[in-house]
Amino acid sequence: MVGLHKSEFKNPVVRWIDQRLPIPSLLQKEYAQFPTPKNFNYFWNFGALAMVNLVIMIVTGVFLAMHYTPHTAHAFDSVERIMRDVNYGWLIRYIHMNGASMFFIVVYIHIFRGLYYGSYKAPRELLWMLGVVILLLLMATAFMGYVLPWGQMSFWGATVITNLFSAIPIVGPDIVVWLWGGFSVDNPTLNRFFSLHYLLPFVIVGVVFLHIVALHVTGSNNPLGIEPKGPQDTIPFHPYYTIKDTFGLCIYLIVFAFFVFFAPNYMGHPDNYIPANPLVTPAHIVPEWYFLPFYAILRAVPDKLGGVLLMFGSILILFVLPWLDTSPVRSMRFRPLARPFFWMFAISCVVLGYCGAMPAEGIWVTISRVGTAYYFMYFLVILPLLGKLERPLKLPESISAPVLRGGGPVPAAAAAKPMEKA
Amino acid sequence: MRQLLALALAAAVALSAHASLHAAGGAPRPPAQDWSFGGLFGTFDRASAQRGFQVYKQVCAACHAMKQLSYRNLADIGLSDAEIRAIAAEVMVQDGPNDDGEMFERPGRPSDRFRSPFPNEKAARAANNGAYPVDLSLIIKARPYGADYLYALLTGYREEPPPGVPVMEGMHYNDWFPGHWIAMARPLYDDQVTYADGTPATTEQMARDVTTFLAWASEPELEERRAMGVRVILFLLVLAGMTYAVKRKVWADLKH
Repeated sequence: MVGLHKSEFKNPVVRWIDQRLPIPSLLQKEYAQFPTPKNFNYFWNFGALAMVNLVIMIVTGVFLAMHYTPHTAHAFDSVERIMRDVNYGWLIRYIHMNGASMFFIVVYIHIFRGLYYGSYKAPRELLWMLGVVILLLLMATAFMGYVLPWGQMSFWGATVITNLFSAIPIVGPDIVVWLWGGFSVDNPTLNRFFSLHYLLPFVIVGVVFLHIVALHVTGSNNPLGIEPKGPQDTIPFHPYYTIKDTFGLCIYLIVFAFFVFFAPNYMGHPDNYIPANPLVTPAHIVPEWYFLPFYAILRAVPDKLGGVLLMFGSILILFVLPWLDTSPVRSMRFRPLARPFFWMFAISCVVLGYCGAMPAEGIWVTISRVGTAYYFMYFLVILPLLGKLERPLKLPESISAPVLRGGGPVPAAAAAKPMEKA
Repeated sequence: MRQLLALALAAAVALSAHASLHAAGGAPRPPAQDWSFGGLFGTFDRASAQRGFQVYKQVCAACHAMKQLSYRNLADIGLSDAEIRAIAAEVMVQDGPNDDGEMFERPGRPSDRFRSPFPNEKAARAANNGAYPVDLSLIIKARPYGADYLYALLTGYREEPPPGVPVMEGMHYNDWFPGHWIAMARPLYDDQVTYADGTPATTEQMARDVTTFLAWASEPELEERRAMGVRVILFLLVLAGMTYAVKRKVWADLKH
């Protein structure tokens, strides 16, 4: 029949739908048969985990919004009402609150996975850049969400971060007034943050969709960083990776549940259980842990504008990373010279995070400066130079070769018909 | 699995680093106490929490509000309906307007919030030498080291500051308050309240009881949360085990 999609589904209902709206065919192609490198390690679980986390955040967030009041006089009390009087309100709120931290744990591991195995290199540059867009949106969403309970850290964090824009020459102060909707962080600020905090997650959903579309064009990278040479190197996504992701999901949920049920405030700051007070500044204003490395970079620079530029630059630089790293070899497994520099980069991020939690004085400023210098050196000097200087190890012939240890031929049964077993 | 173990190790390192972050916050770390609600599976000692409520009512409530709590919540720490009604009825609350448009006073009901000692922050400051007695509803969650800190604070007053420390007029020296000079005078003295159950009302005992009460007030969901957590995590462990078995079976035909 002209105009109808050719469906291979046997079930008459599915078939009827598939002929008119071929979503079942699409899912079959992109999620069931989708050829995936056979050699993923567990670091390849984190994309799926981030996806699940996003759904958890949206679902809990929608329910929280039913009970939350975005007004400076009521926000703090409405959150406490959720905690005390709404049925299982404490559960919903603690999932959402810890979910933000879990999201960053998952996303940071996902990003470092990409950095280590060179997932950003051609042809996956756009896939990587969409990921950086997601990271930026995630940070904006998390920041605005943290303001909503209107505790001391909410208020002062919002004040510090929005004030950063005043460093922009000429128009800076006007931009800050525009962001605030007034002359200080106040009710209009809280209202717009609530509105945007509800909006941005759906923008993230959109960019995640593009991220996945781009992924399904190029296919996934893998720990060896070489492209599959043929069907012997890949396995269908289902059931191999659906079950592997499900197992990873269980482990992730156990960690998540531990925080929610046994240490719900561990990753938070006690000051945010004090209602916001514009007249009392906390002794140390610190952002949530996931912003600490960037906060350290901000404070490492004596000049305010310079600090702001470096802080935003530390993320924006990721956009051009595919062109900064000149090495044709993706995986650090075959880059003996680059590997220690990578681990030093990882350590510098952790050290910067620690410095961000410390007062900006004495030795901590010095360490922050060293960490900041290395952070940018890694991208701007080390990676561009290493590509020229380094002699990478010999890459394996194919994914199957090292997987099979001897590099022998693939047993026909292995890759061909995984679903047809007992 | 190797990667998962490596991740778990990294997480353990990161989490232990977190503990030292708070320690570096400035104030001295109060000694850890053995709390009924401590650890992963603790529950609130009901008798202690009830005595603590008595201390709050007879001592703290003169200055400190607890506006997030209602009298009905006291059922959680084992007070009977009749007791709660009696406690609520002891205070007069403003209600209205009535049909004539007038505000009026009536005895409290279980559904009323704990009555605040002052109508607003300005009045509280005016009556307390300019200092604001903070709301205690969330005090245990709102201070680093929570219960340990509060117990240390309540038992950490000194008659005289250590030698060499200049006296601050109108302030009181405390070993555990950040900056040491606190506006609140020592609130607890031995035998300040008389416990109905005969427990000797030492300063330490009252501090322990009121801290238990305030810990419950900060996290009234704690027991339900932990009980649910045990079931959720046990379920997930079983599910993870079964999922791993299925994963092994599915992958078994891939020789590698």
